[in-house]
Amino acid sequence: MLRLIKDTLTTQVVTLWRVFVHAFAKTDTVEYPDVQPQMAARWRGRIILSRDPDGEERCVACNLCAVACPVDCIALQKAEDDEGRWYPEFFRINFSRCIMCGFCEEACPTNAIQLTPDFEMAEYVRQDMVWEKEDLLINGTGKYHDYNFYRVAGKKIGGKDKGEAINEAPPVNVRSLLP
Amino acid sequence: MRFEVGSALSIGAILFTVIIVAAMLIWVERRLLGLWQERLGPNRVGPFGLLQVVADMIKIFTKEDWVPPFADKFSFILAPPIIMVVILMSFSVIPFAPGVGVIDSDIGVLFVLAMASLGAYSVMLGGLASNNKYALLGSLRAAAQMVSYEVFMGISLLGVVALAGSFNLREIVLSQSDGWYVVPQFVGFVIFLIAGVAESHRLPFDIPEAEQEIVAGYHTEYSGMKFGMFFVGEYLGVLLISSLLVVLFCGGWLGPAFLPPIVWFALKTGFFIAFFILLRAAIPRPRYDQLMNYGWLFLLPLSLLNLLLTGAFILWQDGM
Repeated sequence: MLRLIKDTLTTQVVTLWRVFVHAFAKTDTVEYPDVQPQMAARWRGRIILSRDPDGEERCVACNLCAVACPVDCIALQKAEDDEGRWYPEFFRINFSRCIMCGFCEEACPTNAIQLTPDFEMAEYVRQDMVWEKEDLLINGTGKYHDYNFYRVAGKKIGGKDKGEAINEAPPVNVRSLLP
Repeated sequence: MRFEVGSALSIGAILFTVIIVAAMLIWVERRLLGLWQERLGPNRVGPFGLLQVVADMIKIFTKEDWVPPFADKFSFILAPPIIMVVILMSFSVIPFAPGVGVIDSDIGVLFVLAMASLGAYSVMLGGLASNNKYALLGSLRAAAQMVSYEVFMGISLLGVVALAGSFNLREIVLSQSDGWYVVPQFVGFVIFLIAGVAESHRLPFDIPEAEQEIVAGYHTEYSGMKFGMFFVGEYLGVLLISSLLVVLFCGGWLGPAFLPPIVWFALKTGFFIAFFILLRAAIPRPRYDQLMNYGWLFLLPLSLLNLLLTGAFILWQDGM
């Protein structure tokens, strides 16, 4: 009986006191529509397609994002321009399926597809959740400011021949024995 | 028409205030729980969310009032009003302030205890009539809990009655003018508080309606205003136990003269209501057998001991 009284005082009363003290703590709630929450820079929200520093589309339509996507919400079609650059003929993300997992961003070899902290994407019509390439493309470089895929890749395009990329050695004739 | 004990104006005002306050407790509880859980609670409807109660009421009145086909219709419909009626009846003997009250009964304490016992019928009938295993389990637990906690709820009050020499609640308040009974009867106060929580089956003793174990216990099958009556009945119970604690142990309306008596009564009652809500926010629910053991093996002997010592003290004082 004495033990019970002691336990009551040391556990229950202490619990009551500690919960009561919470009345003076700051509330965690953010009153969202009135107060805009500060989202982390790495927050995985609305997906965008970025451009390289020269203003060209970064996406090379390799389809890796569409393959990585666990809910198959990305659809695109490859096309090639006169200079030999690959680009998506259309690029479509169905945001009513997207789960904002960020796998597409991890899969992208050219840093084209990126997730942003924006999350206010509600629509009244289901069809409006499907975003086309012109909706997704932004006029900036997103998170990576200096990266330009074609300047570091060995692919030959108009105005840049083999061996002219940054950190790329000139091509070697493998059939020649000369040093 | 004069405002005195038993006048129609007084009865009407008390009935209206009690029901409004009980309904407002829905909002008070949610805001206070939010405060203690570092949330905000409802604050969108009206100033500070005060109109949340109105929204809840509109919702609950316009819901389908459904009686399950497998239920026993008569007792199913009878059960929810019982709890409202018996608790509102208990308020009739509470002295709110000088001249404010419904009756000055000489058996006030007994009347409240009798009404609390009748309240057990409501949950028992509700659970039995629902013809549902969760409801049956809930009413089984409710019946056992209420019957066993009523025993020492009454006994814990006897110390106060012995000290005041009266069962009349108004006289009990007046006899506290030179010291509240919470000091000499502290053990009785704590026991009555615990028994009161169990009696109004509030958390942590909400075992009859333990959501995580048995859905909603005895009111699993209830909807619409029938559920609303159980719901408001629970808050009325909280209000009743708080007023009783104030009247019996904390000097009722007595207090320094810079505030009117009714305000003192309201403040003290509000303090206990907040404490009830703090209990809900802080203490986890015990197991059913723990509750029974705690009641019969700990609180009952303690309350008997308290009564014995109080009686011995009174006799010793009379002999001096």
